[in-house]
Amino acid sequence: MKIIVNGQSLDVTATLLDAALAELGYGEARVATALNGKFVPAPARAGARLGDGDRLEILAPMQGG
Amino acid sequence: MQLYGVDIASRLLLGTAQYPSPAILAEAVRASGSEIITVSLRREAGSDQHGQAFWKLIRDMGVRVLPNTAGCHTVKEAVTTAQMAREVFNTNWIKLEVIGDNDTLCPNVFDLVEAARLLSEDGFEVFPYTTEDLVVAEHLLQAGCRVLMPWGAPIGTGKGLNNIYGLRTMRAHFADVPLIIDAGIGLPSHAAHAMELGFDAVLLNTAVARAGDPPGMARAFAHAIEAGAMARSADPMEARDMASPSTPVLGKASLA
Repeated sequence: MKIIVNGQSLDVTATLLDAALAELGYGEARVATALNGKFVPAPARAGARLGDGDRLEILAPMQGG
Repeated sequence: MQLYGVDIASRLLLGTAQYPSPAILAEAVRASGSEIITVSLRREAGSDQHGQAFWKLIRDMGVRVLPNTAGCHTVKEAVTTAQMAREVFNTNWIKLEVIGDNDTLCPNVFDLVEAARLLSEDGFEVFPYTTEDLVVAEHLLQAGCRVLMPWGAPIGTGKGLNNIYGLRTMRAHFADVPLIIDAGIGLPSHAAHAMELGFDAVLLNTAVARAGDPPGMARAFAHAIEAGAMARSADPMEARDMASPSTPVLGKASLA
């Protein structure tokens, strides 16, 4: 299935958000996620089902003013 | 000063962007004596994991973090970013920015008030980046904010305090609300001036990060802010238009 991860089209086999994160290399990373513009808290990732064309944002700590 | 019930000794809040290196950032934060640094959230690329390294760096600094919603232009963007920041940084504090104009980075105060209301209702402790407009400020307080952060000048300009009258009026009108000058500060003298006007603290980033010697400039700001705060406590004299001799006239010799 193709989903848009941080603006890039990627193939993933996982159908749930927590599994997709692990598949994409964010297993233990300190990140927050939003699916199709909506925040998905970490405890809800295991129940968040992915669909073809979904937009996933994976955000991490960054420098800021 | 107390910010949402937390005692903070340092009156300098420091941004973490644009430093030449992470090591210089860490040194500048130490030199500034700041207890609060601002941080952000951005997309993490799976391969480089810059964000994870930054997370470790700020944890090691042992200071409190104030995440921002920089770059957000709508209520939805700002609220969603704040929710994500709360989870990542494990804090209810949020520096709320809702930008209304790209040339001046002037806040969209209408959406700012609405986002502040939604976030306050959701348990956030909101630090709104706003203008010196008193009516907007009043609406932000009604929305649940207990700190206000008026701009000195547009972000990154280094112009200092653009509207002294407006800022002075704001200080007088909201005597009991913590007011932090956020953005536009270029020199330690600007920060000292803000403190002399009675502001509780100053938040800045570029002026330190883009200095030739960021830790040196961080120290300079720390001293200037302390000096300005001491001057305010010491009750400065009123300025006047005409000269007045400071040396006594009485007893002056007749030598003409």
